Amino acid sequence: MKEVYFKIKRCLQRGRDSYWEEFVIPYRSEMTVVTALREIQKNPVNARGQKTTPVVWECSCLEEVCGACSMIINGRARQACSAFVARLEQPILLEPLSKFPLVRDLKVDRLEMSQNLRRVKSWIPVDGTHDVGPGPHQSVRHQQRVYQLSRCTHCGCCLEACPQVNPHNDFVGAYVISQVRWLNRLPSGALNAEDRVDALMASGGLSECSQAQNCVKVCPKGLPLAESIIEMQKSATLRLFKRSLGIS
Amino acid sequence: MLRPRAIVVGGGISGLMASLRIAELGGHVTLLSTLSLHRSGSVTLQEGINAAMDTKKEGDSPERHFQETIRGGDFLAHQPPVKRMCEAAPGLIHMLDRIGVPFHRTEEGWVDFRRLDGSLYHRAAFAGTTTGQHTHHALAGQIRHHESKGGVTLYEGWEFLSAVLDDQLMCRGVVAMNRASMEIRAFKADAVIFCTGGLGMIYGGSTPAILSTGSAAGVLYQQGVYYANGEFIQIHPSTFTGPDKSFLISEAVVSEGGRYYVLRDKEPWYFLEEWYPPYGNLVPRDIATRAILKVVENFHLGIEGEKEVCLDVSHRDPDSLYSRLGGIVETYRKFAGQDPCRGPMRVRPNVHYSMGGLWVDSCRQMTNIPGLFAAGECDYQYHGANCLGGNALLSSLYGGRVAGESAFCYIKGLEKGTDSVDEGYFTREIKKQTEDNQKILQKQGSVNPHRLHQQLGTLMRENVMTIRHNKVLAETDEKLQEMMEQWENNLTMTDVTHWANDELIFARHLRSMLHLARVITLGAFRRNESRGAHYKPECPDRDDNYWLKMTKAKYTEKGPEFSYEEVDTSLMRPCVRDYTTSGVLV
Repeated sequence: MKEVYFKIKRCLQRGRDSYWEEFVIPYRSEMTVVTALREIQKNPVNARGQKTTPVVWECSCLEEVCGACSMIINGRARQACSAFVARLEQPILLEPLSKFPLVRDLKVDRLEMSQNLRRVKSWIPVDGTHDVGPGPHQSVRHQQRVYQLSRCTHCGCCLEACPQVNPHNDFVGAYVISQVRWLNRLPSGALNAEDRVDALMASGGLSECSQAQNCVKVCPKGLPLAESIIEMQKSATLRLFKRSLGIS
Repeated sequence: MLRPRAIVVGGGISGLMASLRIAELGGHVTLLSTLSLHRSGSVTLQEGINAAMDTKKEGDSPERHFQETIRGGDFLAHQPPVKRMCEAAPGLIHMLDRIGVPFHRTEEGWVDFRRLDGSLYHRAAFAGTTTGQHTHHALAGQIRHHESKGGVTLYEGWEFLSAVLDDQLMCRGVVAMNRASMEIRAFKADAVIFCTGGLGMIYGGSTPAILSTGSAAGVLYQQGVYYANGEFIQIHPSTFTGPDKSFLISEAVVSEGGRYYVLRDKEPWYFLEEWYPPYGNLVPRDIATRAILKVVENFHLGIEGEKEVCLDVSHRDPDSLYSRLGGIVETYRKFAGQDPCRGPMRVRPNVHYSMGGLWVDSCRQMTNIPGLFAAGECDYQYHGANCLGGNALLSSLYGGRVAGESAFCYIKGLEKGTDSVDEGYFTREIKKQTEDNQKILQKQGSVNPHRLHQQLGTLMRENVMTIRHNKVLAETDEKLQEMMEQWENNLTMTDVTHWANDELIFARHLRSMLHLARVITLGAFRRNESRGAHYKPECPDRDDNYWLKMTKAKYTEKGPEFSYEEVDTSLMRPCVRDYTTSGVLV
């Protein structure tokens, strides 16, 4: 392979017309989509030889832990930094995530993801950051489970893939439910587990999930999102049951 | 008095810690972050957080931690703040444990500790090899809590442009730009804390995140903040080169049994174990890096003639590796295409961390500009001439906490609050930055900023890395000045729009990088000795008679002006730094 063909969906600003622009980038071994976008920055010329502007996208760590470079690559939401060109069919189609407000080209505004975390009280209320001695004991096995859940990078891929994330409802998405499961499983987080479950039982919460299970398929970290949703639904049922008996 | 108001610039671990302390004390924090919090470079920190809790009964103590840190940094750190950090470390681990960092556990359920470089003790608490990510997420949760209570207002997607200083040269706020709308506005506060991270991008594709350009530190340096110990850049012994960056393989691998070797007469030669018996593969990073260079350059034993050596952990049980080194195993599989559980990893030294940074005082983390504080990798305080594994994260947490507390006290003691300061300082600074942007956008020369950056990275990697020669450093400084000239007069902007123009932001970062590159290069040129990460074959020894002092660079139009500050060695007398014997620490 000598060259790589890209078709990139571009748009200067939300509300303006979007258009496709093609690029031909010299191939380098082990090159990723990010490598190609950085080549365009150095030489912003499209496939027809016309000068253009560099493509705007978001990236930070380049090793798939910060979640910044999510985009749709050949129809699938994923991280650009780990999308190796040699394993992709050409022309490689790059589009911005569609479930978030567009900023420019491949960059979207994902601030609502932090707001959703606030909705479910995604934190452990502590008395302060001063030293009041060690936290609770945890078994090795338990630590391994919560460690796995804590690896979410807030990349937004699960929202992009979810049919229930659409303009007609305010579903918080799988990552938020998984985050609640993580916090509720921590011994110190368990003390306020019911507050978070209550928040997930409100509108936009657990009841919006339609069990399509697309989230699990796209999660770059392989988080057990469907399992998390089922577990939280169980917690919610138990909560309803207790409430109906007047014991909480 | 009104509620004390502070600004924290930077949403990494030290920025979150500083914000948290101020909010907790009852102040209000405006937290500016250039990306959304979760994208911070802190999430890439791997190996752990040092705290001498001696849970394995090895005789560790905060005093030992202090001694090893000072020796690891080749005696170039002021000792009292380092001592206080080591003493505070166990309390910080308890706090992180309570807020939800999933630290690995011992069988009994306590926090487990691993041994890292430059230490004989199991001292680093860790969450797999993604300790930074988990620490950051837990702290971000705490910030959300304070946000919901009104103690923190978060501005994500705002790029810091400059500090606002009044005529008494006190810091009164910052001017920042929204990365999407490009709106430029002033944020007022009585104190500003900068937690803006490192500068690895000056060296091109190094291990830090792509936004670690040192841009904010470079701007502050140009505004009059001293930049200290710039020449001390850590070259990490084990990284692998991926398509877009260098990936860190941290000492976590060694602590799980990883061994460096090269093939000599077809037999594996474990050179570090042979040369440094008590520490073996866990010698401090500067020493490991120079040993690797010796093996590949002097003995020509690099793998397939490349400047690479093997780091092998494949003799260990894969299940345990996955549970304790998950992040690294996954990254190496994904980006190097090999499985570290099945064969040795190929590693080479590359730029990792900056020990130097903005000069701060040793009690309060305040720079030479009143009201302007710094913490985290962007300060210079805790590592001297070399940073030990597990201390970077610790210093970010501790420095952030100290900066938060002392900024709060500083505000309480102010006679005249920012509200009574003339509005003109803010409007003038907004105007200045707006005009600066316009000037940059009009540049229609012939050099693309990203290409110029590529040249900068190559130049610095070739000339100002592990081994430094005065002649080369002098030539490098001349080239850097030529590049600055190129930036000024021959840059071309291909994107001149006023919406989400990342090229404009990058051009600004590049200007900062060039200034700091000169500080690094000239600092190295002047320091005629070898100490920690700074090594000159012309003067291969440490010279405590003349060079037991910190470099302080002050910006002038002609270039950096240097002065030096005595090191506070009041707690531990400098001695020979020798890792070939376990030595008895004083």
